[in-house]
Amino acid sequence: MAILAYAVAATGGLAAALLGLAGVLGTAFTVRAPWLLPLGGLEVTLDPLGGFFLALIGAAAVPASIYAMGYAAGERRGVLAYNVFVASMCAVPLAANVLTFLLAWELMSLASYVLVVQSGEREAVRAAWVYALMTHAGLACLLAGMLLLGSWTGSFRFTDWYAAASPLPSWGPGLAFVLLALGFGVKAGVIPLHVWLPLAHPAAPSHVSALMSGVMIKLGVYGLMRVGLDWLGGGPAWWGVAVMLAGTVSAVVGVLYALVEHDLKRLLAFHSIENVGIILIGLGAGMLFYEAGLPALALLGFAAALYHTMNHAAFKALLFLGAGAVLHAAGTRDMERMGGLIKRMPWTAACFMVGSAAIAALPPLNGFVSEWLTFQALLQNLKIDRPEVNLVFALGIAGLALTGGLAMACFVKAFGITFLALPRSEAAARAHEAGRAMRVGMGLLALACVVLGLAPTLVVPALAKIGADVMHVPAPADVGGWLTLNVSGEFASLSTLAVAAALVTALAVPAATLALAGIGRRRRLYETWGCGRLLQTSRMEYTATAFANPFKRVFDFFYRPVTQLDIEVHPESRLFVRRIEYANPTSSIFEDWLYRPALDALHRWARRARGLQSGSANLYLTYILAALLALLVLA
Amino acid sequence: MTPDFVAAVAQVAVVGAGGPLLVGLLRTLKARLVGRRGPRPWQPYADLAKFLRKEAVVSTTTSWVFRVTPYVLVATMLVAALVVPVVVSRPALAFAGNIILLMYLFMLGTFFLALAGLDAGSAFGGMGSSREVAVAALAEPTIVVAIFALALRAGTINLGGVVERFAGDPLLVANPGHLLAFAAFFIVMLAETGRLPVDNPATHLELTMIHEAMVLEYSGHYLALVEWAAGMKLFLFLTLLANLFFPWGVPAEVALVPVALGALALAGKLVVLTAALAVLETSVAKLRLFRVPELLAASFALAVLSVTSVFLVR
Repeated sequence: MAILAYAVAATGGLAAALLGLAGVLGTAFTVRAPWLLPLGGLEVTLDPLGGFFLALIGAAAVPASIYAMGYAAGERRGVLAYNVFVASMCAVPLAANVLTFLLAWELMSLASYVLVVQSGEREAVRAAWVYALMTHAGLACLLAGMLLLGSWTGSFRFTDWYAAASPLPSWGPGLAFVLLALGFGVKAGVIPLHVWLPLAHPAAPSHVSALMSGVMIKLGVYGLMRVGLDWLGGGPAWWGVAVMLAGTVSAVVGVLYALVEHDLKRLLAFHSIENVGIILIGLGAGMLFYEAGLPALALLGFAAALYHTMNHAAFKALLFLGAGAVLHAAGTRDMERMGGLIKRMPWTAACFMVGSAAIAALPPLNGFVSEWLTFQALLQNLKIDRPEVNLVFALGIAGLALTGGLAMACFVKAFGITFLALPRSEAAARAHEAGRAMRVGMGLLALACVVLGLAPTLVVPALAKIGADVMHVPAPADVGGWLTLNVSGEFASLSTLAVAAALVTALAVPAATLALAGIGRRRRLYETWGCGRLLQTSRMEYTATAFANPFKRVFDFFYRPVTQLDIEVHPESRLFVRRIEYANPTSSIFEDWLYRPALDALHRWARRARGLQSGSANLYLTYILAALLALLVLA
Repeated sequence: MTPDFVAAVAQVAVVGAGGPLLVGLLRTLKARLVGRRGPRPWQPYADLAKFLRKEAVVSTTTSWVFRVTPYVLVATMLVAALVVPVVVSRPALAFAGNIILLMYLFMLGTFFLALAGLDAGSAFGGMGSSREVAVAALAEPTIVVAIFALALRAGTINLGGVVERFAGDPLLVANPGHLLAFAAFFIVMLAETGRLPVDNPATHLELTMIHEAMVLEYSGHYLALVEWAAGMKLFLFLTLLANLFFPWGVPAEVALVPVALGALALAGKLVVLTAALAVLETSVAKLRLFRVPELLAASFALAVLSVTSVFLVR
């Protein structure tokens, strides 16, 4: 039964992907039902940018649903919510007016809420509660922004805003941008609006986590692209500056949190924050170049953002599915209890390796291509002749480079501690390989990571066309041939195909030479050198905590770790230690300095307001009278 | 046999053969500086030949990652040899992705090597991996910002383009921003290639090791490949320093005489840089591990200053 439902989701995803692809290639249509509901009724339309996101959602839903056939075959709970979730996500980029958009948006949030809460565990319920709060705060911002724009421009259709935005007073679009950016920023997991993300994503079943991290948060990015460039026809430079700074902070802070996280799925969730940051760096660059009247460079930044959006969907979905397979096999998400899984789960390990290399932006895989493009956009910032903007770009460059290095370090940890060396627990030692459906789902995504890495010459022109449509500028004429991608004429060029060919040759030639010369045939298997210790156990291995410790010390101003040492000694003598407990937890700046004071203030005000509700009917009648009088005076 | 193909083979041959020689030269110079006779410069070739003949001992704990890593490492360095302007300014893969590609190629090697360090399950390997990726990650921003400073002045990010632009205009090289970028890049080179004061390549104490701890489990032909790759990495970084910051004598055209002259010029520059490195390594002590980030932060500050100077003198 469940399998059938997932098959429906996979088929629907495929159809959505094909429809979206047609939209990217230029098919456009509009379906209207104005009589159905107030405020303009329902209206859907297909345009290139909407088509791109539709294709992305559909294409990610296919492997996730196939995987779910193996992962959740016996589980009937959540099947309906899953299908509603996929369908409502597909509806969001198609929505053409405020009402349709908000309905689809809310349906998507509710369906994902149900999927997060469904396990019923304490942790999941709390995560779902935070998620519901944050997502509805975001919805309130969206609602306010869209209604303001609707009443100012006199239309609730998005396409009408572009024409009507210019006569508005200058603070109008600014206010609307802030409100909408906050609303979309919550969904995208932009720091400091990210608090729900590392809680909610790990709590959901893994195929849902894959879709939430892979595509749902991208709809926040979609909204930011629409509001930043399309609906209002671009804005002043501070919009782009805000997006780029938010992106830089999200990228660096996201990866820093991921480094000290040892719950595999939470680690991946923090990396989603990081990657949204990288996307926003590209988008912010695009917005700044657009504002400065440099459409070719604006297209480069925008195409880099779109490319990374797509790449992140591929490798993050893959990694979440891999983490799900590990969770399924070893029964834990705690990396400190894993290890050695590469021997028992070779396919999962290989797929996870591809995903790790892709997210660490290692050539020639897809993450490398989009980070490379983002770098090329950033490095040309001197064409904008404003030192303060150049400074923001320089921050973006340094932040992106640091993020790249830290992400590589983090995935050495994630792959190395999870899959290599000796198993650290009984469960990990008895782990089993994932079933066939799960392997197919992961394999498809791994293939996508490779193909997207090798085919930038095919993908980038299509993305540039989407950007040209959004920004109302002509598409770039020359981006190179099938082998080489040219960026900004002579400035830079990229050919991952050539790099891949060179790497394969450079791997094969030395290996073949050594084999032909008969070198390396003599090999002796022996245990790891242990300073003379006779037996190697998993307790001698480096742990994830130890691995991350240098980073904890270097960035201690950020992590603010607290050392908790608890030693229990024998009552007779202090020299005999019975038990030592050592913990070195880090604390979150954002929770301590932003959310806790805000929540405390809310509680204080709520407690004060309690006095109003005394239970006395006379007092309540007075309130009613006062309210009535106030209304009459105002009217 | 097109000239470009010949130039590509020449680049790979120079880097492949030059790597061990450079390591040997550095060791000889260091030994002489402290009053020892030391090994001859070509000793590393003999070492590599011996490793190749020896039987490899592989830990039973390891997986295919451990066995593949030495080949990946060598492959990344060989491909990098086709990206860096060594004896010609626009080598075969110069079009394939410039300095950003080069950085991420090195990162590909580090990624696999760090995984191999974890694979054997010994505490030393994990310790080395953890330290290596920490140093590599913190060095990353400096490389990009220093290169950005160069690209700003040269008007292109293509390595060959940078070399040609600077060679044609000596005033650009005399710029203080250029020297700041050089200093930043030099510190990063020390960190990336595991030299003093960041890492001591000659240490025998596991607890002070970074790179050596990570490759502790390697032996036989695997060790030969790892050592060869490390030599090539040193060669490539020193060549980058030599050719980006002192860009004279790097031929733009591919013909026998200019390329031979270019190789000679490169040899001269490398000898000078190696001598400087040897003096530095004999005169400073290794930094405590947690002081290394301060050094890297200083190099980052130099790189940022270099970028700022471009804005000021614009």
